Amino acid sequence: MNKSVYDAPDQVTETKRHILTVLVDNEPGVLARVIGMFSGRGYNIDSLNVAEVSNDENLSRITIVTHGTSEVVNQIEKQLLRIVPVHTVTNLDQEGSSVEAEVALVYIYVSESNKKKVYHLCDFYRARKIENENNTTIFEIAGASDRVNRFIKEINEITKVEIVRSGPVAISSIEKNEEE
Amino acid sequence: MNTEITGAEIVLKSLAEQGVEVVFGYPGGAVLPIYDTLFKQNSIKHVLVRQEGGAIHAAEGYARSTGKTGVVLVTSGPGATNVVTGLTDAMMDSVPVVCITGQVPQHLIGSDAFQECDTTGITRPCTKHNYLVKDVNKLSSVFHEAFTIAQNGRPGPVLIDIPKDVQFAKGSYIEKNKIVIPSHRLFEPSPSFENTKIEEAVEIISKSKKPIFYIGGGCINSGPKASKLVREFIDLVGSPVTMTLMGLGVVASSDKNSLGMLGMHGMYEANMAMHECDVMINIGARFDDRVTGRLDAFSPNSKKIHIDIDASNINKTISVDIPIIGDVKKVVEQMLSIWKNKNYRIDQENLKNWWTKINKWKEVNCLSYNKDSKQIKPQYAVQRLYELTKNTKTFITTEVGQHQMWAAQFYKFEEPNRWLTSGGLGTMGYGFPAAIGAQVGNPDALVVDIAGDASILMNIQEMSTAIQYRLPVKIFILNNEYMGMVRQWQELLHGGRYSESYTDSLPDFVKLAESYNAEGLRAKTSDELDGVIDQMIKSKKTVIADIWVTKEENCFPMIQSGSAHNEMLLSKDQKQDKKSAEKGKILV
Repeated sequence: MNKSVYDAPDQVTETKRHILTVLVDNEPGVLARVIGMFSGRGYNIDSLNVAEVSNDENLSRITIVTHGTSEVVNQIEKQLLRIVPVHTVTNLDQEGSSVEAEVALVYIYVSESNKKKVYHLCDFYRARKIENENNTTIFEIAGASDRVNRFIKEINEITKVEIVRSGPVAISSIEKNEEE
Repeated sequence: MNTEITGAEIVLKSLAEQGVEVVFGYPGGAVLPIYDTLFKQNSIKHVLVRQEGGAIHAAEGYARSTGKTGVVLVTSGPGATNVVTGLTDAMMDSVPVVCITGQVPQHLIGSDAFQECDTTGITRPCTKHNYLVKDVNKLSSVFHEAFTIAQNGRPGPVLIDIPKDVQFAKGSYIEKNKIVIPSHRLFEPSPSFENTKIEEAVEIISKSKKPIFYIGGGCINSGPKASKLVREFIDLVGSPVTMTLMGLGVVASSDKNSLGMLGMHGMYEANMAMHECDVMINIGARFDDRVTGRLDAFSPNSKKIHIDIDASNINKTISVDIPIIGDVKKVVEQMLSIWKNKNYRIDQENLKNWWTKINKWKEVNCLSYNKDSKQIKPQYAVQRLYELTKNTKTFITTEVGQHQMWAAQFYKFEEPNRWLTSGGLGTMGYGFPAAIGAQVGNPDALVVDIAGDASILMNIQEMSTAIQYRLPVKIFILNNEYMGMVRQWQELLHGGRYSESYTDSLPDFVKLAESYNAEGLRAKTSDELDGVIDQMIKSKKTVIADIWVTKEENCFPMIQSGSAHNEMLLSKDQKQDKKSAEKGKILV
């Protein structure tokens, strides 16, 4: 709706977060096609996740978190479908019920003074300590992005941390028939 | 048993099976094996251009004038980068083109080898799809899929990048009919899904009081039958119809219902009718910004029906009431049969009133210009060209600028596929190579490139191509020694400061033609014009006709950027209101 050189009519819907899941042929360049469409047309990618989901059919699933009005996201979906190796595009927010999860790995600077607080918080959020050769304190937390955000906020208040996040993946939770 | 052949042979065999008759190209190191194979066969003709950019525009001209797919063959590196403009042009205007590029051998990819570039990376956003073929055994299936993708749905360019070692390697050929393309890789809208919407659309049209058809290039891409059906439907409805730059010819210019072109330099009556209509039927057009003008004032009181094969065009800039995704030919065929079966008829009283209103707008006579007895007015030159060529099978190509708009306004097209112009991308230098392609595809027709003095110089090197293949293309230059449209915008929006828009040091076009052994003609005054045009048409040679036109003529009517359909300027004396002028200045 706002993709013209002329002023767009008043925006009719509010900007919100959308999770798009895109099933693609796993062929060279397919990821570049998808992200190139976003940058070329001025859309946003908040996070992106790609992995092969089926060996025999050579399919990959791309999960993209974006934000925009429903008109913009609708246009994104249609532009994605124009890409030749794209099979399907699903907007999980529109579908209603879906579950999402992401993983964060957190390197925590632990000292004697904060150790107790740190472990208590990690325990509360069910973050799991990952053993490693250097014996440093690295925790893994998985779950919905909101939960990970809250954990990071709270741990940041206690001590210095370094974080990597996978960005969410999501799947529709609607009941399906096996034949489909 | 399948005998193995080289990759280069597979390329030629695939092209032959796809029915390709001609390839436009330019050789180089990374495509030598394919050129060697080309040398050893006779079924496919090669047209050697003088710069790769010419090859792709020629392929576009060939495709649009014949309805077939244009094929381009160029080398790696600069060969590939030189076709980028043409690929983008074909992408914007939905022209089916298959472009084959050579690539350095696989073991050198990524090493910054001589004439290496990331061709698939560079061309990804300006092709419908592209391939880097690493396995010779996949080559034939890639070719067959590429041709299908180029032609299927909304047509467009497809590029195939072939490393040199793959051209030499031996593999087996697979025939077209043995290849299955998964449906998700193609764009076939399911027709049944749209049925109820089509019925609803037809009913709305039948109840309209002030309908207008807004016809675009999609009708031409859907094939000649689509134009026939569209004409029949409009005739039955009795509604006025306007066409976009790309849609000219779908409905005959002489048709009683035709209001001509709409948009920035379209007809006053067409734009006013778009503004005031109550039902708009968009068939194969995409609400381009040159057409809509200011969006918040675009046809404010109409119900909009939009037929398009590309779902992403729906609600992209203008939200519509009834979107129908499908091929024009199929959708309009259904609309026609519903209209006939239900015996629909528009209220004739309403229709009469609508036409009365439109006829009032026509009286404005928006294309009028000050005639001059001595100087050649550019509008007059196109009018005379039309009058003197209208009884011949004529293809008109153009470059980009004022001359293009005058050609669209004053040349009357009676049939589809006769008008080849760069609409979406606005590529100066398109017209001459496109004319070469059109002449290759239509050897017996008259092909005229209406050009400007600045645009023609962008691909003037293709004179050699025209001469080599004895293509009697006519270049009709409206020479005002300016980049006319740039100068016009500078006059209207930038205080008449003609920054770099004067084309100094122009060649003597007559001598230029003669140096190529073509024919050079010149008209300096109105009374010389007809003689020059006659001589140009009669000549069996390639001709450059240098027509000296009024230098500072402006192209009117005009919707300036930032204005709406009902705010057209009819002449220089009118001014855009200051507020929209300021807003419009920052737009393109």
